[in-house]
Amino acid sequence: MAEALSLFEKIWRRHVVIARPDGYTLLHVDRQLLHDGSWQAFEKLAARGIKMRRPDRHFATPDHFTSTAAESIDAIDDPIRRRVVDAIVANTAREGVQLFGLGDPRRGIVHVVGPEQGITQPGLLMVCGDSHTATHGALGALAFGIGASEVAHVMATQAIWQKKPKTMRITVDGRLGPGIVAKDVILAIIARIGAGGGVGHVLEYAGAAIRGLSIEGRLTLCNMSIEAGARAGMVAPDEKTFAYLEGRPFAPKGDEWRKAMDFWRGLPSDPGAMFDAEVTLDGDAIAPMVTWGTSPEDAAPVTATVPDPSSYSDAVKQEGVRRALDYMGLKAGQKLTDIAVDRVFIGSCTNARIEDLRAAAAVAKGRRAVVRAWAVPGSGLVKRQAEAEGLDRIFRDAGFEWREPGCSMCVGMNGDTVDAGQRCASTSNRNFVGRQGPGARTHLMSPAMAAAAAVTGRFTDVRKLGAA
Amino acid sequence: MEPFTKLTAVAVPIDMSNVDTDQIIPARFLALPREQAKLGLFHDIRRDAAKQLKPDFPPNRPEYAGAAILVAARNFGCGSSREHAVSVLKDNGFRAFVAPSFGDIFHNNCYQNGVLPIVVGEERAATLRALLAAQPGATMTVDLAAQTLAGPDGIVDKFPIDSFRKDCLLRGQDDISFTLGHAAEIAAFEAAHGRELSWL
Repeated sequence: MAEALSLFEKIWRRHVVIARPDGYTLLHVDRQLLHDGSWQAFEKLAARGIKMRRPDRHFATPDHFTSTAAESIDAIDDPIRRRVVDAIVANTAREGVQLFGLGDPRRGIVHVVGPEQGITQPGLLMVCGDSHTATHGALGALAFGIGASEVAHVMATQAIWQKKPKTMRITVDGRLGPGIVAKDVILAIIARIGAGGGVGHVLEYAGAAIRGLSIEGRLTLCNMSIEAGARAGMVAPDEKTFAYLEGRPFAPKGDEWRKAMDFWRGLPSDPGAMFDAEVTLDGDAIAPMVTWGTSPEDAAPVTATVPDPSSYSDAVKQEGVRRALDYMGLKAGQKLTDIAVDRVFIGSCTNARIEDLRAAAAVAKGRRAVVRAWAVPGSGLVKRQAEAEGLDRIFRDAGFEWREPGCSMCVGMNGDTVDAGQRCASTSNRNFVGRQGPGARTHLMSPAMAAAAAVTGRFTDVRKLGAA
Repeated sequence: MEPFTKLTAVAVPIDMSNVDTDQIIPARFLALPREQAKLGLFHDIRRDAAKQLKPDFPPNRPEYAGAAILVAARNFGCGSSREHAVSVLKDNGFRAFVAPSFGDIFHNNCYQNGVLPIVVGEERAATLRALLAAQPGATMTVDLAAQTLAGPDGIVDKFPIDSFRKDCLLRGQDDISFTLGHAAEIAAFEAAHGRELSWL
């Protein structure tokens, strides 16, 4: 009988160029995604006088440093940031790399653009100089974030040295309740296994609740694998995956489509495939989640209270929670639904796709934001689609700002920030100290929950909001 | 890249788990030239609300001046892939990090910069942090060839490292020059793989 292999194992084996006896493996990279933060890698390559080996296997789009106020270089008010965004134009032109640049409707957050264009496909090995590259695993690719030196290495060799990671299968059984979405699932997973729980592992998400997620939901899920410490997260490709990909610009066509489908259908983990670790969650028990601290593992159901540091057995964690509550301006025992917000951010590579905007708009419709709230689409095409559906109108009528695509307020490096001491309900992926700006207090949640916070001014269980 | 062989230096403890790369170097320093980015190390967590250096944050204390070894708690360097987290620590004099675990990307980035990440047990890391806090300015010694780490208590631990990474650090060789030596294997792989996945 043939060996039972996991999805990860099948992709890994297909990409081995050199396997050293010490376990280090040179893997072929099918596609590398670049963004405006990749300037360092271009510089490293130029400093050595090396040309890119396979520019045709690279795709670039500026997102981290762009302005969401207007779709132009002049809207970037800082000369250093402007230089970085300009650099990707010059670098990609010189090397002959496909660029989705400012003014191109295909431009957007690199992890939104890849799947949207069909660049991301099942069975591929993909990398990007960004830790949220795991996003692309939602389509059954093995995708992980790397540092700038490794980006340069891939540019030079179309390959990367890796030590084989361990595998962890996270099975979410059952059915998600009404109003429960992928963001709640991934926050519940991280709360369970911890911010370091996946270190050294590739995660495969499985189970009925995962199968039931849309592709966009799976993108949200895999996106935050790194917040559990795992560099990659994957979902086996299925009919939803194929339907999502068919007809996208960089997806195969005609006979090539059929050939690709044969390959893709063989990718899901075989029955009996072994994993180094197994975690199981009950999908029915997952509630809308909100983070209260400064690590994504500090997540709790919105129905809960802020925890007491002394309730933790580990001394380092106790001190960490004390410090987090101090930074966040919260008290143990406070009900999460009593916490008032100052800002709301709907966007980021985690939650800026069309379904996310629809979910937020459904809550905002007929209501009024009582705090400053932003909706930032993930790409020009998402923005166009949202406008065709009238979502921009709903947001604007509800008092939200409707912005241009980009990483925006998730990352605190493009001018979009939250002021010190302000509390932001955010659909992004990191509630780290200072992530949204020095002194900013970030609470992670789903798009519908963030919209509910915008219209009520506090964390609100979206299931109890009722009709507008 | 300069080789890493042996290091005896002051070691500074940081008693926080999940120190993410945004805390090591906040995002607003990332587009700056290296000389200026260097000033962003621990910028926000080493200061209080009034922007004064916190006296209880060990890297702020004069006794730890010149520290080249940092002893952290678990999951040090988690979060963003920014290589600045390593290069800025290096530009501030650090050459070795000791922790029970590291963020995976940070861990890989260390090797690309000639810096050594050392994984020790949870208890040993806690003991080392306590010793360094009790004797500020105490030194530790790392011997990469022997794979040993000597604490201020004189106890010597063996630490694991992959032979590939060890060789590269000892020689000061980075991955690109090594891999370019395998261009023939890469070309052969690409030809076969390109026939199989012909739609790419």
